[in-house]
Amino acid sequence: MKQIAILQFPGTNCDLDTKYAFDRLGCKTHIVWHKENSLPKKTDLVVIAGGFSYGDYLRSGAIAKFSPIMKSVTEYANRGGKVLGICNGFQILTEAGLLPGALKRNINLHFISRFQTIKVVNNTNRFLHKCQKGEILDIPIAHADGNYYIDEVGYRELEQNEQILLQYCNSKGEREVVNGSVDSIAGVCNKQKNIFGLMPHPERAIETILGSIDGIKMLEGLIA
Amino acid sequence: MKAIVNIFLKEGVLDPQGKAIHHALDAIGFEGVEDVRMGKQILLRLSSTNREEALKEVEKMAQEILANTVIEDYTIELV
Repeated sequence: MKQIAILQFPGTNCDLDTKYAFDRLGCKTHIVWHKENSLPKKTDLVVIAGGFSYGDYLRSGAIAKFSPIMKSVTEYANRGGKVLGICNGFQILTEAGLLPGALKRNINLHFISRFQTIKVVNNTNRFLHKCQKGEILDIPIAHADGNYYIDEVGYRELEQNEQILLQYCNSKGEREVVNGSVDSIAGVCNKQKNIFGLMPHPERAIETILGSIDGIKMLEGLIA
Repeated sequence: MKAIVNIFLKEGVLDPQGKAIHHALDAIGFEGVEDVRMGKQILLRLSSTNREEALKEVEKMAQEILANTVIEDYTIELV
């Protein structure tokens, strides 16, 4: 049974949805409070769930990166452990320097909350290997700071190493400007391909009644 | 001693908030504004009396947490 550690900071609000999704997939889930110093033994995946850690004060994710648990997460990742950051989790991972780039205020300054089609750009990694390249997924987004920025040198590196995993697109798979992200990037991984951050919320697309089940498919692939 | 840390998005990094303010200024009739950048200011009251040390310390704070140097530049003023 896969062991999933889901981090909870003050202001995290997607922890229970994320737990529910992984419970449905038959995983053993552990909610880990940010003041903890260690992760559960035999953790197969650490998830930094979405929300508004520390009220997004200073910058989204800027204060959470100093929470005690983040030291263990960094060590776990450095040993090759798999880490997933969803929305605010993605912001925390970039702030902590575990993922390249940064997430700025959306180009239209609005909080965008809606279903959004996204395209699998690369599947040569342990996260999306069950998805097809070019596959289109319908997954909700809900963020104000999702405008992914990286300088040109960094962008070229991402491209060369197949680190761009998801891109916003229309229903035909053509790139779409959603929040101003460089190259419409919705998700990236690190060079070693064991840390993945994305703005969309797969845990909100796990049952037909929610409008899409593409999210559960993505999460299933993550732990396969 | 007090330190003032001013933080702005780097030149070349698009500033959506600055742009919106610029549009608003145009809309209400203020002409001649060529560019608007919006930043934040953080005021620190320090116990140190040594300017050199204080500057070094605030520099560290800016690097580690106050600014995100991937997208932001900062200046430090001691008063």
